[in-house]
Formats: sequence, C-alpha cells, structure tokens
Amino acid sequence: MIQSRTGRSCIRVVIGGLCSAFLLTGDVYGQEKILNLYTARHYQTDEAFYAGFTKATGIRIDRIEGGEDALFERIKAEGRNSPADVFLTVDVARLWRADQAGIFAPVVSAALVQRIPSHYRDPDNKWFGFSARARVLGYDKNRIKGGELARYEDLADPKWKREICTRSSSHPYNLSLISSMVLHLGEEKATQWARGVAGNLARSPRGGDTDQLLAVGAGECAVAISNHYYYVRLMRSKKAEDQTVVKKVGLVWPNQMDRGTHVNISGGGMLRHAPHPEAAVRFLEYLASDEAQTLFAKGNNEWPTVKGVKLANPALESLGHFKADSLPLANLGKTQATAQRIADKVGWK
Amino acid sequence: MITALAVRSRIPGFASIRLGWLGWSSLITAMLVLAPLVAVVWNVFLPSETWPHLAATVLPSYIWNTLLLVILVAFGAVFCGVVPAWLVTAYSFRGRRTLEWGLVLPLAMPAYVMAYAYTDWLQAAGPVQTALREISGLQVREYWFPEIRSLPGAATMLSFAFYPYVYLLARAAFLDQPASAIEAARLAGYGAWKIFWRVALPLARPGIAAGAALALMETLADFGTVSYFAVNTFTTGIYRAWLSLGDPVAAGQLATFLLVFVAAILSLERLQRGRARYGGKRTPMVSQRLRRGRALAAAAVCATPVFFGFLLPAVILLGLAAGEHDEQVGARIYSLAANTFVLAAVAAAVAVLVALLLTYAARTIKTPLVQAANRFAVLGYALPGAVLAVGILFPLGKIDNAVAAWMDAVFGVKTGLLLTGSMTALIYAYLVRFLAVAFQTVEAGLTRVTPSMDDAARSLGLSPARTLARVHIPVISGSLATAALLVFVDVMKELPATFAMRPFNFDTLAVEAYNLAKDERIAEAALPSLLMVGVALLPVILLSRQIARSSPATKPARSPAATELRRSQRRRSLASPEDSPTPVSIDESA
Repeated sequence: MIQSRTGRSCIRVVIGGLCSAFLLTGDVYGQEKILNLYTARHYQTDEAFYAGFTKATGIRIDRIEGGEDALFERIKAEGRNSPADVFLTVDVARLWRADQAGIFAPVVSAALVQRIPSHYRDPDNKWFGFSARARVLGYDKNRIKGGELARYEDLADPKWKREICTRSSSHPYNLSLISSMVLHLGEEKATQWARGVAGNLARSPRGGDTDQLLAVGAGECAVAISNHYYYVRLMRSKKAEDQTVVKKVGLVWPNQMDRGTHVNISGGGMLRHAPHPEAAVRFLEYLASDEAQTLFAKGNNEWPTVKGVKLANPALESLGHFKADSLPLANLGKTQATAQRIADKVGWK
Repeated sequence: MITALAVRSRIPGFASIRLGWLGWSSLITAMLVLAPLVAVVWNVFLPSETWPHLAATVLPSYIWNTLLLVILVAFGAVFCGVVPAWLVTAYSFRGRRTLEWGLVLPLAMPAYVMAYAYTDWLQAAGPVQTALREISGLQVREYWFPEIRSLPGAATMLSFAFYPYVYLLARAAFLDQPASAIEAARLAGYGAWKIFWRVALPLARPGIAAGAALALMETLADFGTVSYFAVNTFTTGIYRAWLSLGDPVAAGQLATFLLVFVAAILSLERLQRGRARYGGKRTPMVSQRLRRGRALAAAAVCATPVFFGFLLPAVILLGLAAGEHDEQVGARIYSLAANTFVLAAVAAAVAVLVALLLTYAARTIKTPLVQAANRFAVLGYALPGAVLAVGILFPLGKIDNAVAAWMDAVFGVKTGLLLTGSMTALIYAYLVRFLAVAFQTVEAGLTRVTPSMDDAARSLGLSPARTLARVHIPVISGSLATAALLVFVDVMKELPATFAMRPFNFDTLAVEAYNLAKDERIAEAALPSLLMVGVALLPVILLSRQIARSSPATKPARSPAATELRRSQRRRSLASPEDSPTPVSIDESA
C-alpha cells in the first residue's frame, strides 16, 4: 500500500523535524562566552569581524542576519526574555527608532566615547556608528564638466531636466538625504528642492544604487545619486564592463565648500535585556578598535568613523579625503517621516 | 439515545457528538492559524495620523496599480496555465512528456530572482541593449526599448512565476474529468475548440479558479518584485506606512483592507463554483495524436512559458554565476541547501495534514462555525510576509514571555523563549502563510470526490476517519502531492517570515540569495538562486509523475475499497442521472 507508506514517511519527517527544532533552540541561554548578535548587515566580508572578535576574546558569536525591521520587531516581541545582546543595523533612522522603542541600554565605555566622534553616536550613548556611508553623485564625465555640479542643491536646477537617476524615495538612503535637507534648509525649501529633483528624473525611480551608476555608464542619464561604496566596488571589480563604467563616471563629493557631504552610518547598540552585557560591551568596543575599523574599510569599502585608522584599501584611498556633514545624525531619525511625506507630496516615487 | 443526539445536533457547535474530535481539532487549528491575522486586524481599532496624508498623496495610485497588476497577472497566469494543461492532457505530440513536467519548473524560480535576472539582461547597461547599440550604432536615448522595470514588466514576471499554480490545478482537473463527456461531445460533432470551451473548461472551472486565486494572492503579497521594479502597489504602501513613516498602526490598517479585498476575491471564486459537484464515469480519456504543423504549434505554445519562466532566466543566472567565484558561499552552500530542504519538507507535510483536517472537517460537519473558520484560515496567504511576521511575533512573544515568567515563578527554572526563534515558530509561520496553498489544492481535489461516494462508504459502515483513509485519500492522493509540492517550493522561496523568525546561525538559500541581491551583488546571488531551483527540481519531477499516476483517468484505483465504491457509485449514477445536490451531512446519517 503506497498510500500508507507515504503517510508513514510523512509522519516520520514531521516528528524528526520537530525534534530537531527543539534541539536547535537548546543552548542559547545562560552560557558564558557567547554573544548573541542580531544584525542587519549582510556583507560576507563581515565574517572577518566575527572571527577577529572570537580570536581576541574567546567569545563565540551566534548570529541572525535579517532585515532590520524584522529583527527590530522580533526584539520587541521577545521582550525581556530576548536572547539578543547586540543589534547592528545600517541606517541611522532605524537606530533612532529602535532607541525610541526603548530596546537599547546606555553603554558606559570610555573607549567608545573617546574613539567615536559625538555626531556619529547617540547623545546618551545608546548606539554608536561604526562606519560612515557617503551619499555621492556619479556623473558622466563626457557631458558634465567639473564644478558644474557641486552641491545637492544643484540637483534641483532645471538644467538637469531628464538627467538624474536615483532609486525610490522610500529607500532609507534617500530618506536620510531628504531628512538632512530638511534639517539644513527647513521644510519648505527642502520641499522645493525635492520637487526640483523629482522633476529632473530621467526615469521613474527603480533598482538599486549600482543600477543608477550603470545607467550613467550606459548614457541613460548624466547624474546618479549613490552611496560611495557601490562606486568603489565597481572600481575593485575585475569585470571589463564595470571598468568601462568607472572610466566614464566621475564622483562629486557634494557641498565640500559649505556643510560637507551627507553621510549615514552603520552602527548598533547593546540591548536592554541582553543576557551577556559584558560580552556585548566588549563586542561594541571591538568594532571601534583599529583592527575592526580597518576591516570596515577593507571589506566593504565603508569609511571608518574612528579617525586616523588605516584603510588598507587602495581604491577607497584613491578617492581622497572629503568633508563630511557634521550634523548630529540622531536628528535624521526624527525627520524621516517628514522626508517621506515630502517625497510623496512632490511625486518622487 | 437517538432522540437525544438529534436534539443536540440542532445546537450549532454540538452538531455531532460522534465527530466531536474532528470538529474541535479543526476549529482549534483554524483559530491558531487565525491568531496572527487578528493581531493585524486589531490595528483598525487604534488611532493613526498617517491616513489623511496617504489618502491625499499616494494611496489612489497604489490601489490603481494593484488592480491593474492583479488583472494582468490573472490573464497571464490563466492563459499560460490552462492552455498548455489542456494541450498536454487532450493531445499527444512530440515533446509532450517533457513539457508535461517541464511546465511546472517556473515554480522553482522565485519571482524576485527572475526579476533580477531579466533586469540584468535587459536594462540599458545589459548585454541585450549593449549589443543592440553596437549593431545599430545608436545611443541609449535614440531608440525605444521596452522597460522591464515597469508595471507590465512586473506583471510579466509574476505571470511566469505563478502560472504553474493554475497549470497544476487545471491539469489535475482535466485529467479527472469524465472522458464520457468529452467523447459525447466528439460524437456530437463538436470541434476541438468547442470541446475545450463548452465541455472541458466548464468542468475544470473549480480547479482553474482555485489556481488563479492562488496566483492572485501571491501577487498581492509580492514585495520583492514590485519593490525592485519600483512599481508602487498596495503592499508597497503598507511597507511605506510602516517603515518610512514609522506608523505600524496605519500599516496594519492597510493590511486589513487587503485582507477584506482578498476575502472578496475568494468569495467570488466560491460563488462561481457554487454548489456544483461533478461526478460520473471516469474512464481514460483517449488523447488525440497531433501531426506536423499542429504538433509543432502545440509544442511551441507549451514551451513558451517554460522558456521564459524557467530556461532563459536560468541561463542568465548560469552566465552570471560562472563569472563570479564566491568562496564563502561555496563553503556554506551545502548546509544552506540542507536547511532549506528540511524546512520546506517539514512545513509541506504539516501544511498538508492541517489542510486535510480542515477541509475534511468542513465536508463532514456542516456547522457554520467550522465552515467560517475554514474560510478565514486561508487569508494569511495574501498578507505581505513581513506584516504577517509581525502579526505572528506579537502573540508568540506574549505567550513565550508568560510561560517563561510562570516557569520562573513556580519552578524557578529559566526557560527563556521556547517558541520565538525556534523551528517550531518558523513552521508555524509557514503554516499561517501557506495553508491556503494546501487548502485550495486539497479542497479542489475533494470536490471531485462525489458526495455519493461518502454516502456509500458511510452506508457500508465505514467511520468518517476510515472513509477518509480508504476512500478520499486514495482518490485525491494526486491533489495531496500537488499541495505538498506547492507548499514545499513556496517555503523554499519564502523570505520575510524566515528573516524574522529563524533560529541563530540558520540560513537558507533564499536568505542568502536575497541578502546578496539586496546588497546589489546580483552575480553572487545567482549561485544560491540556481541551487534553489536545483533543490526544487526533485520534488517537481516526483510530483509530475504522481499526477500522471494517480489520476483515475490513466490508472485504475489502487484501493479495493475505492474501486468498490466507484462501482457502486456508477450503479447509482445510472439509476439517477444526477448526483444528490446536497452533500450528505453527519446529522442526517446519524
């Protein structure tokens, strides 16, 4: 009887699965030498941090890599019994919102306060930015001369009609840029600016930052808004077509003559109910160490937030120094909803 | 004693004493599955300030885009699913055997992966347009090229990704329909088209409608494809309210409207299915041999969706994967594949068992409560996964913390969280999300088991449980296998719930592919994507064989009891040309 045989093997699969489910949940609690990490970073080069930390401290890292919002909701739902010690994410607005929800605990650490500049961390030291991500402009060197495009404000100039490529306004990278415009210019002028940018788009927003750079390379638009490390990644690519794009596309570091280029951070903090608080602080301190800071630059082409750290990344170094906006990043979170409303209002999809 | 039973049976909920366990267990299961939806719907009662903004700016266009997308995908999926299903069932031609199972392959290709592959290939910077420019000497803006990242583009991707639902259910229905009807039509001089339109299609309608409903619910829940193409749909709006505007309440309210919309679609589907039940003599349908031009045309029609929904994107991915060597993925890839396979297999088994429990309870117990619970229990499918994940996390976290506090207070044992973040929670999440797939499929199968068969089994003295085991399951084993496969591939491709609820250090192929793609490393994402296809291939092939084997049209029944029943049913249908329109309920037989 085939039916009953399949039936029986089905039941066996179910029971086996459930047993292994309970086994897997086993040893999360109460053990020393473990750090439970929830991280929204998902760069393969991050493996180097984890290995480095374990080597330096003997503490094993158990981790879940996931969407920041999913992990955040999970921490909230898990409440006081959450196994998570540290939450890492890649956007300052998310850090701000997580703090608002009361999931972080203040960290007392002289090393962290001393090494990480104050505008890259929470005023109460509940979260810290470990790497900076600059929002830059990639431009078609054949069509735009140096100096023609120097500020974010220039993007709203009608002369770039049908020339700008960017991703959706609801992406955190664009939201934080719009937020910074609101904070610097005020809501009204920021709205005008966003309307200008939306009116200059070469195509409706779509794809990621790399796609915008490739579009400039292909001649679809003259300017792309992108985070800097996507460009560096193309520089480091061995593919011929990526090299062609790099040759054709130049980078503008906006607002160098005034407030500096807008940056967002990747960072994190210790959770209020962390079962291993000591390990958590040690991990955060490790992320601010010279070794880890270099790994941020070397692995994922991000700028270290600690000053004077070796980059060990010739492509990134070749971009030279730039002036970063020193606006306290904590403010960007508060303005994010306003930024989205503005984008919706002016039709920046 | 009998009078007492009869009296009690009029009280809803106590309809059947003898079947109490079935009714109650189905009710409890349905409630478990419904709990997360209640957590989402609860938001309707909370205040939100984002509504006026959304309604004034983006919401109308979101609704319009969603409707357009749903309509396009409905047409696309039904066309790509039904026509090949009929061709491979009613005709024989060169390549039919391969296409018969090949048509299911796109199921293994997640829609968002397909979207990545096509975008990479077709965008201005991609190989197709680059070659075009080299040949023609034109510049980018000097020619017109269809934009893949658009609403029609998204509809195309989703149609190719979801038509197999329609194909599988339509084919099962075509295989199962009484050949006598087709033969009669042929004798009456109906042409091929007329037979298809007037006889086969109406008979297969419940299956087709169930498949289309699945495709539409998937479309409504899709976030990966539409967000990558920046096509703003209702789902996008939910995410925007939640994540960008920081208003989870508004997101929950929007999600509730989506649920209402889906409930409406499902009711329509049910309404059109009506009380129709199809039965009759199931003799093998003789497939007609096609020759030359016609055979070629049929093969071409069937091959088109396989080509665009599977072969071409797979080849693009292969090309991408060949250009990248990612050592870290390489080392982990086997554990990723194993995790994926185990998770999907367990979830599929659980979902099919639960679906069988619910559908069978609804069939035997005509209590409104059981019926209603079933209608609602499938809605989780249309909710965007992340919204559902929050809906699941919330009650689960509450229970977990309550249990932990209790264990600590009473026994002084620190248990931590037992459910959240364990495989149990994950399987539960999959069940909530994908029960609809199993449910629709099993139910469509059960409608093909005529009430007279139940009737005969019961009058021969079989208990309901044994009727299920010896009559229903053998007859609908094809549907059960289909249901298991659909859940399997769905779980394999699933992202948001896996993201939100998986245990420590436990990644799947879908997670890996998505992480890489989200980081704009499409080429590196190609390898795990291809492996997902590989993991799905085995069950897909098994399934196709199962369908072909289990259909009454091509194989005599395996169970002697079922054979006996069919005989008796045949006698009955000879005696009375129509099946009894109202299915037998337990009350009446008791």
